Amino acid sequence: MSENPVIEVENIRAYYETRYGDVKAVDNVSFSVKLNEIFGICGESGCGKSTLIKVLYGIIEFPLKLVSGRISINIDGKSFLLKDNKDVNTIRKLWWKEISYIPQASMNLLNPTVKIKDQFMEIFRKMNKKITRSEAEKIMQKSFDVLGLPKEVLSSYPHQLSGGMRQRVVIAMATIHNPKIVYADEPTTALDVVVQRGILEMIVELQKKLNNTFVIVTHDMGIHYQISDRIMVMYAGKVCEIGKTYEIFQKPIHPYTKLLIESLPRLGDKSERKSIKGEPPNLLSPPKGCRFHVRCPYAAQKCAKEEPSLLEILHGRYVACFNPLS
Amino acid sequence: MYIVTVWAGLTICFFLPRLVPIDPITVILSRVTAMGAFMDPETYTAMRKTLLQLFGLEGSLQEQYFSFLSKAIIGEFGISIAVFPSKVNDLIYRALPWTISLLATTTLFSWIFGNIVGLLVGYYRDKKISKVFQLFAIAVYPIPYYVLALIFVFVFCYTLRVFPLFGSKGIGFKVSFSLEFLSSLIFHSFLPALTLFIVNLGWWILSMRALTVNLSEEDFVKFAEIKGMEKKVILSRYIFRNALLPQITQLTMALSTIFSGAVLTEFIFSYPGLGQLLYMAVSSSDIYLLMGITSLSVIAVSTSALIIDLIYPLFDPRIKYEEKHI
Amino acid sequence: MKRKKITKRLVKNLLYVLKSDTRLLIGTSVLVTFMILGFIFPYFSPYDPKRWGQVPRDIPPCLKYPLGTTSLGQDLFWLLTFALQNSLILGMVVAAISTIVGVILGLLAGYGGGYLDTIITFFTDVFIAIPAFPILVMLAALFLGRIHILMLAMVLCLFNWPWPAKQVRSMMLSLKERAFIDTAIFSGFGMIEIIFREIMPLISPWIFANFINTVLVAIGAEAGLATLGVSSLEEPTLGTIIYWSLRYQAMFRGYWWWIAVPVGTITVLFIALFLIYISLSERFSIGGSKK
Repeated sequence: MSENPVIEVENIRAYYETRYGDVKAVDNVSFSVKLNEIFGICGESGCGKSTLIKVLYGIIEFPLKLVSGRISINIDGKSFLLKDNKDVNTIRKLWWKEISYIPQASMNLLNPTVKIKDQFMEIFRKMNKKITRSEAEKIMQKSFDVLGLPKEVLSSYPHQLSGGMRQRVVIAMATIHNPKIVYADEPTTALDVVVQRGILEMIVELQKKLNNTFVIVTHDMGIHYQISDRIMVMYAGKVCEIGKTYEIFQKPIHPYTKLLIESLPRLGDKSERKSIKGEPPNLLSPPKGCRFHVRCPYAAQKCAKEEPSLLEILHGRYVACFNPLS
Repeated sequence: MYIVTVWAGLTICFFLPRLVPIDPITVILSRVTAMGAFMDPETYTAMRKTLLQLFGLEGSLQEQYFSFLSKAIIGEFGISIAVFPSKVNDLIYRALPWTISLLATTTLFSWIFGNIVGLLVGYYRDKKISKVFQLFAIAVYPIPYYVLALIFVFVFCYTLRVFPLFGSKGIGFKVSFSLEFLSSLIFHSFLPALTLFIVNLGWWILSMRALTVNLSEEDFVKFAEIKGMEKKVILSRYIFRNALLPQITQLTMALSTIFSGAVLTEFIFSYPGLGQLLYMAVSSSDIYLLMGITSLSVIAVSTSALIIDLIYPLFDPRIKYEEKHI
Repeated sequence: MKRKKITKRLVKNLLYVLKSDTRLLIGTSVLVTFMILGFIFPYFSPYDPKRWGQVPRDIPPCLKYPLGTTSLGQDLFWLLTFALQNSLILGMVVAAISTIVGVILGLLAGYGGGYLDTIITFFTDVFIAIPAFPILVMLAALFLGRIHILMLAMVLCLFNWPWPAKQVRSMMLSLKERAFIDTAIFSGFGMIEIIFREIMPLISPWIFANFINTVLVAIGAEAGLATLGVSSLEEPTLGTIIYWSLRYQAMFRGYWWWIAVPVGTITVLFIALFLIYISLSERFSIGGSKK
C-alpha cells in the first residue's frame, strides 16, 4: 500500500537504566502502521511490547530512556517527530486529542470517588473549556447508546460496575474524542472469556466507525487471530516477523512464530499442546547472534554468531531469521 | 460501640478511686478540724452522714455505681472537695468553653492546613521546599505538646517578653464581644493555640504526605496523567479526595491524644480551661472533680469520634452507595 | 567459631545500613549517646540523686557544674544522668511488656479468627478509644504523688498494648491469605511453628519500629504526668526535673538552665527516637496492605 503510514518506527532503541547496567528492552525495532487498521503486537511477557507502546505514546521517564532511532507520527498531513527524550513534549500535546492510550492495568483505572459522568466531564472540559454540562451529557448519552452501554452507568461510581463494564467505560473514555490512534495494552486481561469477546467486538466496531488505527498489545495469540489485521511478533526486544494475520497463521515463517501459534488450543485437535522450552534471555546482557537461537529447534551455527536483520521476504511480509521455515 | 466505650470509661472512673485507700470524707473532716474548729463526736457523725449522702457514698457498692452512672449521663458530677461546696458541674462548665474553643479551632485549622501542605509535599516530593517541610514535620511531631509549650514559654514569654505568661484575657476584662476584649483574648490564647496547632500540623503533614506518595502510584492517578489532565485537577480530584477519607478516620483515632495534649498545654499556659482545673483537682486531691473531669473527657472524646464516624459515609461513595454490579 | 562469624556479619550489615541512611545514623548515634549517659555515667556520679542540698544552689552552668545546679541543691548534670536512666528504663519496660502483650493478642486474633478475634478486637477498640491521659492523671493523683514508679509503668502498659495488637492483627489477616502459609500448613507444621518460622521474620521489623515508638510514648506520658505533679516525684526522671523546676518557679527567677536541660534533652531524645522509627518503618513496608 502506498499510503502514508500513520506511525513510522525506525531503529528504535529504548533501554532501562539500572545500577547493574542498561536493560535493552527494545533493541533496534522498525515497523510501520497504516491508517484504518488494527495492528497487533505479540510475544511473551518481557519481550518489550509494553515498553514499545510507552515509547510510542511518549511516556519516556526515568529509568526508561530513548537511546537512538526515530518515530514519526503522521496525522492529517502533519508530522510529529520523536527523536530524543526532549521531543516527548511535542507528543504530549497530542495526548487525548489525536492519540490515546489504555495502559495495562488492573480494574483500577477509574477514580473511585468520582461519578462516571463527571470523569467524562473532565475530558470534555479539557477538549473544550466552554462546553456546557447539558451539551456534554448529550454527547455522552449518544455515544453510550452507540456503544451499547446502559445509561445508568453514567451516574454510577466505579465500584458499582463489574470488571467488564469498567473496561468498556475505559475504552469509551479513550475513544470519545475521536482519536486517530488508540494504543491498548492487554485490554482484556483478568476478564473471563465471555466478557472478553464482548470487549473485542466493541473494539472492532469502534475501529470501523471511527476509521482510525488501533494498536493492540497482547501475548494472547487468540485475540490477535480474532481482531488484528496485521501482527508483529517480538522476542527479547527484537522483531521476529511482521505480516497479515491470516497469512501468518496459515503459514508462519519464523520458528518462534510457529511455536507461539502451536501453543494455542484448537477445536478438534487433540494433540498435545507444546510449550516452548526454556526462558527468555536476560536483557542486561543478551546472547550473541539471534536472541532466540538458544531455544530454537531449528537453530544453525550461523544463528549463534550473527544477528539476522529484518528482511521483506514476501510482499508485506518481514522476517528476521537465517533459517526461516518455507 | 460508642456506648460500650463510654460505659467502660466511666466504669474505670468509678472504680479507680475506690481502689485507693483514701477516704475523702475523712480528708475533708480532718481539714475542717485542722483549722482549729472543734467538733464533738455527735456533730462529727452527723457531718459524716451528710457528707456521705452528698458525695453519693451511701449504700452498697452497686447502688453507688448505678447512681453514679445515672447522674453522669445527665451531666451531674457531684460536689467538689477542693472548692467546697461548689458543684463540680459549675466548675467544669465554666472551664469547658475555653477548652472547647481552643481545641476545636486548632484541630480544625491544623487538619485542613496540614492536609493541604501534606498533599503538595507528597506530590512534589523532589522539590527542595518539600524536603524542608518534611523535616519540619519530623522535628515537630515527636515533641510532646507540653515540651513545645515549655519551649514557647521560654522563648517568647521569658526571653523575648512578647506574650503574657498566663491567663486568657487581661485582668479586669469582662466577657463581651467588644474589640478590646477580643484582641486581648487572641493575644493571650495565641501561644497555647500555636503550640497545639504546630504539633498537630506535624502529624497531618506526615500522614498526608505518606498517603499522597502512595496514591500517586495508583493506576487511576497514572491514567489521569496519561489522559493529560492538568496537575490542578489531578491533585484535587484524584489524590486529595481519595486521601481525605483515611485522614478522617485518623482524626477520630487521634482525638484522644489531641485532647490529652491540649489539657497539659492549657496547664502550662495557665489557660483557664480544663487543664487548670485538672491541676487544681490534682493538687488538692479533689477526687470528685477528678472523676468529673475524667468522665467528661471520656464522654466528650467518644462523642466527637462518634459524630465523625457517622459523618464519614457521606464522604465515601464506596460506603454510601451499594454495589449495583452493572 | 560460627557464632563469631555470624555476629561479625551482622555488625557489618548493621554498619552498612547505618551509613546509608542519614536519619537512622543520626537517630541511633543520639540514642547511643544518651544510653551511655544514662547507663554508664551514673556509676561514676559523686552525688546521690535523691538527696537534696548537696551542692550550692542555683548556680548557672560553669566548668565545675557543667549544667548548673538546681534550687534543691543538686548538680544538674549528674541528676540528668540518673533521670535518663530512669526514663529510659521506664520507657523500655513499658514498651517491652505492652509490645509483647499486644503482639501475642494480635497474633491470636488474626490467626484464630471467630470468637477469639471478636473479643480481642472489641477490647482493643475500647481501649484505643478511651482517652488515656485523664484516667492516668486521676489514678496517679490518687496516690498523692507517691506512686511507685513500677506501678506507673504497669498502668502505662495498660494503655499501650492495643495499638500493636491492632496492627499485628491486620498484618496477620493479610499474611494469612498468602500462599506460603497454606504451604506450611499442608506440610504439617503446627500453628506455633508457623508463626515463628514464617510470620515473625516478616513482622519483626515492624515490631521493633513499634517498640521504639512506644518507648517514646511512654517516656512522654511519664514526663507529662510528672509535669503535672502526679508521677513518682522522688525518683529523678526527665519529667520530675521539669516538675520541680516549675514548682520552684525556675523561669520566673531566671534560672533557665534548670528547665532548659530537661526540655532540651526530651526534645533531642524524642526526635532521635522518631528518626529511628520512621527510617525503620519506611525501610520495611509490610507487603500486606498498600498503606
